[in-house]
Amino acid sequence: MRELKEKIEVRNLNFYYGENQALKNINIICQANLVTAIIGPSGCGKSTFIRTLNRMNDVILGVRIEGEVLLDSKNIYLPTVDEVEIRRRIGMVFQKPNPFPKSIFDNVAYGLRINGLKSKSKIEEIVEKSLINAALWDEVKDRLKENAFTLSGGQQQRLCIARSLAVEPEVILFDEPCSAIDPIATGKIEDLIQTLKINYTVVIVTHNMQQAARVSDFTAFMMLGELIEFDNTDKIFTYPSNKLTEDYITGRFG
Amino acid sequence: MNRKKIVEFAGFFLLRVCLYIVFAVLLLFLYDIGSKGAGSISWEFLTKAPRRGMTEGGIFPAIMGTFLVTIVTALLAVPLGMFAAIYLNEYAKQTRLTRVIRLSIRNLSGVPSIVYGLFGVILFVNILNCGTSILSAGLTLGLLTLPWTITASEEALKTIPNSYREGALALGATKWQSIRTNVLPYALPGMLTGTVLGLARAAGETAPIMFTGAAFYLPFLPKSLSDQFMALPYHLYVMATQHHNISLVRPLAYGTALVLIALVLGMNMVAVIIRYRLRRKRRE
Repeated sequence: MRELKEKIEVRNLNFYYGENQALKNINIICQANLVTAIIGPSGCGKSTFIRTLNRMNDVILGVRIEGEVLLDSKNIYLPTVDEVEIRRRIGMVFQKPNPFPKSIFDNVAYGLRINGLKSKSKIEEIVEKSLINAALWDEVKDRLKENAFTLSGGQQQRLCIARSLAVEPEVILFDEPCSAIDPIATGKIEDLIQTLKINYTVVIVTHNMQQAARVSDFTAFMMLGELIEFDNTDKIFTYPSNKLTEDYITGRFG
Repeated sequence: MNRKKIVEFAGFFLLRVCLYIVFAVLLLFLYDIGSKGAGSISWEFLTKAPRRGMTEGGIFPAIMGTFLVTIVTALLAVPLGMFAAIYLNEYAKQTRLTRVIRLSIRNLSGVPSIVYGLFGVILFVNILNCGTSILSAGLTLGLLTLPWTITASEEALKTIPNSYREGALALGATKWQSIRTNVLPYALPGMLTGTVLGLARAAGETAPIMFTGAAFYLPFLPKSLSDQFMALPYHLYVMATQHHNISLVRPLAYGTALVLIALVLGMNMVAVIIRYRLRRKRRE
């Protein structure tokens, strides 16, 4: 195994929706150029957790966060940090494919334009590169002007991945990216995640344990807002140290 | 037939009857005004001022007056209403205060228009010294329209899925960028439709303008915003109830009513066309 380098370190993270504590003292390290999976039963706080990594929860009203999330050893929740810049550096792919009601091309170009890129040739170049890296280019290169809604669900999700890649993030967060698409499209996205980790740090929330086992290097098992176990994926799925983890991965509850 | 089927059949039948009743009343109403008013409509009626104590001539000053006052109304109500809705839906924290504000706005749209008229007299005519004028009347109608524009715009914004906003934010957009480039373009057709419908309603109002600027009779057109003006709804009211010879001018009153209805219908058509056009553009 190659040398580990910490990309994201979460320290003593607590998260509250009003009075309700959704995350309890979470400590996780996401290694650069590896895939970290978060698994756990519905409502365990997986999605809430991944959304704290790019400050996506900031837009929800009435939430409170304690603890630190370090990106390259720098706390992203410091008041001096620009959350907009954080979200550009940490891309996110959502549970349901959410293409914008624009053309395929404009979807991928959107992030470039809002970040101030004007040059048409440069935009075209990056759009093509992003679609290639998202393994979608061959399927859409002749229909870039068509509305993104004409794509299938799996294609839409890869379009959303291409859209994230275009703004050159360092980390990509996947929030159950395959829960709304069919098994073949899921396979394509899992393959894609394997290629993406060469250049990016990947964090993926999934309710599908096999998926976590297939794509990730590290796995965190969460339950009721607590981190139960965090270790090498191989270890979690073969010799879990915690009884709860073992019960969950062997399908005794969940 | 079993019981369930009978109940279903009866239910649908009842619903259909309700629709037919509403439709029939509407048709009857339009037929009455159309048949009695059509005879008065002529080129002269549309382009000339009233003559001989409003027993002859046309309604051109009233058409122009309504047109001008509606522009003032739009200038106040459209930007203010849209921006207020954007703030309320996109930026404001959902606290008790914003709930009270939102509820108040909903309630304001139910306040009788005469109340707006009296309020306009006090605020614009007396306190702000705008006189009885196009400006005062337009601003009064603007206030009347605001709750409608705000509510319609907010509803339009609510139809835009949150995933558009979050998707943009996740790419490093600021909140305003995500709203401007990924929410407003898609909400605009709905916002404009609601707004134009509100304006059409304002254009047909009598009570708010009768104290704030509409004149009983003016043979000439207003020259500035501080002039009084004739307006279609008020002119209709005058012809129908205040004229010295009501039975003589009855055809002219029907003609005025027909023009007013056509105007409102025309504005509603504009709203439909705007929406259709913008939607089609988005789809390309």
